Amino acid sequence: MDWLSSHWRTVLDLAVSHLYLAGLPLVLGLVISLPFAWAAKRWRGSYAAVVTSTGLLYTIPSLALFVIMPLVLGTKILDPVNVLVAMTIYTVALLTRTVADGLLSVPDHVEQAATAMGYGALRRLFGVELPLAVPVIAAGLRVAAVSNVSIVSIASVIGVSQLGNLLVDGYRRIIWGELWTGIIACLLLALALDALILVVSRLLTPWQRTAGGRA
Amino acid sequence: MIRFDGVTKEFPGGTVAVDDLSLTAPTGKITVLVGPSGCGKTTSLRMVNRMIEPTRGSIALDGQDTGRMKQAELRRGIGYVIQHAGLFPHRTVLDNIGTVPRLLGWDKKKIRDRSRELLETVGLDPALGDRYPTQLSGGQQQRVGVARALAADPPVMLMDEPFSAVDPIVREQLQDEFLRLQDELGKTIVFVTHDIDEAIKLGDQVAVLRVGGTLAQIAEPAYLLAHPADDFVADFVGRDRGYRALQFQPAPRLPLRSERSIVIGERPETTGSGWLLVVDDERHPLGWVEPARIGPRAVEDADLHRGGTIAAAGGSLRSALDAALSSPSRRGVIVDESGELVGTVLAHEVLNAIEETDRPERDEVDPVHGGAVSVADDGS
Repeated sequence: MDWLSSHWRTVLDLAVSHLYLAGLPLVLGLVISLPFAWAAKRWRGSYAAVVTSTGLLYTIPSLALFVIMPLVLGTKILDPVNVLVAMTIYTVALLTRTVADGLLSVPDHVEQAATAMGYGALRRLFGVELPLAVPVIAAGLRVAAVSNVSIVSIASVIGVSQLGNLLVDGYRRIIWGELWTGIIACLLLALALDALILVVSRLLTPWQRTAGGRA
Repeated sequence: MIRFDGVTKEFPGGTVAVDDLSLTAPTGKITVLVGPSGCGKTTSLRMVNRMIEPTRGSIALDGQDTGRMKQAELRRGIGYVIQHAGLFPHRTVLDNIGTVPRLLGWDKKKIRDRSRELLETVGLDPALGDRYPTQLSGGQQQRVGVARALAADPPVMLMDEPFSAVDPIVREQLQDEFLRLQDELGKTIVFVTHDIDEAIKLGDQVAVLRVGGTLAQIAEPAYLLAHPADDFVADFVGRDRGYRALQFQPAPRLPLRSERSIVIGERPETTGSGWLLVVDDERHPLGWVEPARIGPRAVEDADLHRGGTIAAAGGSLRSALDAALSSPSRRGVIVDESGELVGTVLAHEVLNAIEETDRPERDEVDPVHGGAVSVADDGS
């Protein structure tokens, strides 16, 4: 507590960059996984290949990915873009399957009806399929959010600041207050993101709350 | 008018779902496609709005080849109703109904007004408008499905087993209301079902398809029942076709006998044997009683035998015969338009009338298309 009361400003700054480094890739990853997922659904034969190959990206060790990024992107070693891109890749890895499954979860007769009523493919995707896939996508997004918050902390090793700094520094200098603050702050951040996604998905799916309950 | 001209659908792998189908669905009429599963009826329906593209042949809508029209525009001009209604679960009932107008770019107020109006047209409580589809019963969902198909007032409607997923009582209600609606709207409808009774009840003409997607026969229902083109059609239309065909034959003037009746709550004058007809204050028949059984007391509701059906004076031979057959006294009760008792009729009197009526004449030249609704050939 003593440690936190004298360092809360720093912790707040670190938390903000942590949120940025973990959160923005969540949005980008969702957008990028969409065409992959759409293709996996449109051409059913490609589903296994698309989902497996994107999923494999998740097995790349995060430290390795952070280190490779400057070489691939031509960015500076300390550029936070390296972390953003790496985290986006992880998000795509986690979300492609979820989004594809979400799109596939739309009942066939609903899609048939949409097509028969004159929806084009794109309009149907955004007007019917995606809204109905929200519950499934949100579930995947919550997993990805928690995973991102956890993985991002490793970026401290390559010198990009966020809450991970507290863990690295606290461990090196054996400052228990700093270590605990880092752990709890990460935890709270993950919970906050999780809650945010839950609330947004609830707001986007008012029909879900009525499901099953016949008037 | 929708004209199928030598339409064939071969799926990848070589399965022929529809084989050289030629038929015409006349403007303002209900054409029912009926047949066992695998007869290509749904495939045929879906080729009209190009959910499925024909392999060979063409389908013309009022003379225009649908293959040359833009898919989305073609579809927005055709109402479509399917088995489980296919409503959008994430949209309210009103928003579901307004789907096609929204795609057509109507303004919001007009869409809202039109959707409310349609809710009433299909007999739903306006209060349901803001509910979600999962909050409705199957029958209500199906009504919304019909309202949604009607929203942009398309001249053509395609209906794929719209009433088969609801229970029999609701189904009959929906069918009756559908016919009433069609009387008002006069849409050109292609209706798919596997249920021959539904086909005969709803169709202005019925096309029977056989497995493999060939047309076995197309004819008006009465003709179909009277002259099945072959064994398959005869089998498919079923055993009671002679009896069922009577529903298309209006009863001629039947020799009605006057029936002694008593008003409910009164005491029968006789306690003799036999049946006595009980009516209410407005002479609407309620049922039969046996005075010998109830003794010298007033007739109560619980005494009534309600087994007999009631036929309208201007109704069909079928309903007249059924009234006689189902009546415990063997005297069939006949009422006028307002439901007032006019008399009774005996089964043999109805049978005499049946023997005197003509059956639809058989077309010897074209057994398959012979009984179809005739369409003025305007070159389109």
